[in-house]
Amino acid sequence: MRSVASREPFQAFLDEHRAPVLAFLRAMVGPVDADDCFQETFMAALRNYESLDGANPRAWVMTIARNKAIDHHRARARRAIPNEDVPDVAAPARPDRDPELWAAVGELPDKQRTAVALRFAADLRYREVASAMDTSEAAARRNVHEGLRKLRERVGKESVR
Amino acid sequence: MNPGNGLERLLAAGNGVEAAAAEAARRFAEQAALEGTAEVAYSTIDTPVGTASVAATSRGIISVGLPNRDLDEFLAGLAAAISPRIVEAPGTMDVARRELDEYFSGQRRTFDLPLDWRLVPGGFYRKVLRATARQPFGVTATYGEIAAKAGNARAHRAAGTALGSNPLPIVVPCHRVIRSGGQLGNYGGGPELKKWLLTLEGAVEE
Repeated sequence: MRSVASREPFQAFLDEHRAPVLAFLRAMVGPVDADDCFQETFMAALRNYESLDGANPRAWVMTIARNKAIDHHRARARRAIPNEDVPDVAAPARPDRDPELWAAVGELPDKQRTAVALRFAADLRYREVASAMDTSEAAARRNVHEGLRKLRERVGKESVR
Repeated sequence: MNPGNGLERLLAAGNGVEAAAAEAARRFAEQAALEGTAEVAYSTIDTPVGTASVAATSRGIISVGLPNRDLDEFLAGLAAAISPRIVEAPGTMDVARRELDEYFSGQRRTFDLPLDWRLVPGGFYRKVLRATARQPFGVTATYGEIAAKAGNARAHRAAGTALGSNPLPIVVPCHRVIRSGGQLGNYGGGPELKKWLLTLEGAVEE
């Protein structure tokens, strides 16, 4: 409890990170399930608030959010009927706009999807993407660029204006 | 981000999530306060003389921020003294908000709220504030009288110091304690606020 006493009120942390966390989770699990993951993410952050010490807060909360998204996908896979065709990941439903693009994001390999969602949906810098995914910055850039390359192939020029 | 790249712009666009994020955060904060994961909940309250704030733990009201006290400073004090696990959860503080609201609009004379006395040092300080808590609506007492009720009639200066550090103004009505000569004396929220509160209670002429 020594370090937690000098921390800023959790409400300030929540206010600062709520929008990028929700944007990231929407890209990862879709808008409906993103809300459950959001609640779980901040509850875990609140419980472990003292372990934030010295870390980049944005990267720290995104690491938690990423783990909640992974838990969510696993739970969904477990619930599925065995011989049903279960996709590796749940395609994020984006009924608001660009459903094609977000379906394509959902089909990316996990590392690329996470990196793309962190970089663009959550607007993190490469250094923070690397920290949230526990990789080097170079690996973070590779994951984002490879993800973008695949998205360009799938979605096609006409829909990316 | 390269602004000329359509795909990257699309990936970042459509993130009009601020309203949804604010709503999700609001629900989170209420839940965290309700289940006690957040150790301190707070709410702001509009009054005729500015925005006040009130904070509570599972034991009761722990601190009241007088109108126009800086909220960040109020919360920083609680973070340092109690816990930084603080969330804004007005829903869990319905009763306190309503009672304070009624008091400020002249419709309530006493508070029926559990108090958390942790921020009040023990000993004479606490005796002074406990005595002050029993001071009736609309009735003033001098610093000496309160010191006597706390068990040491000569300690009127110490009583003044204890009242000056009252973390629970309004509900522990330190504004009802005035100088023996009839002057109102100091107040954490400023002398004008002290006069306004005593006028509201009919204890002084307008």
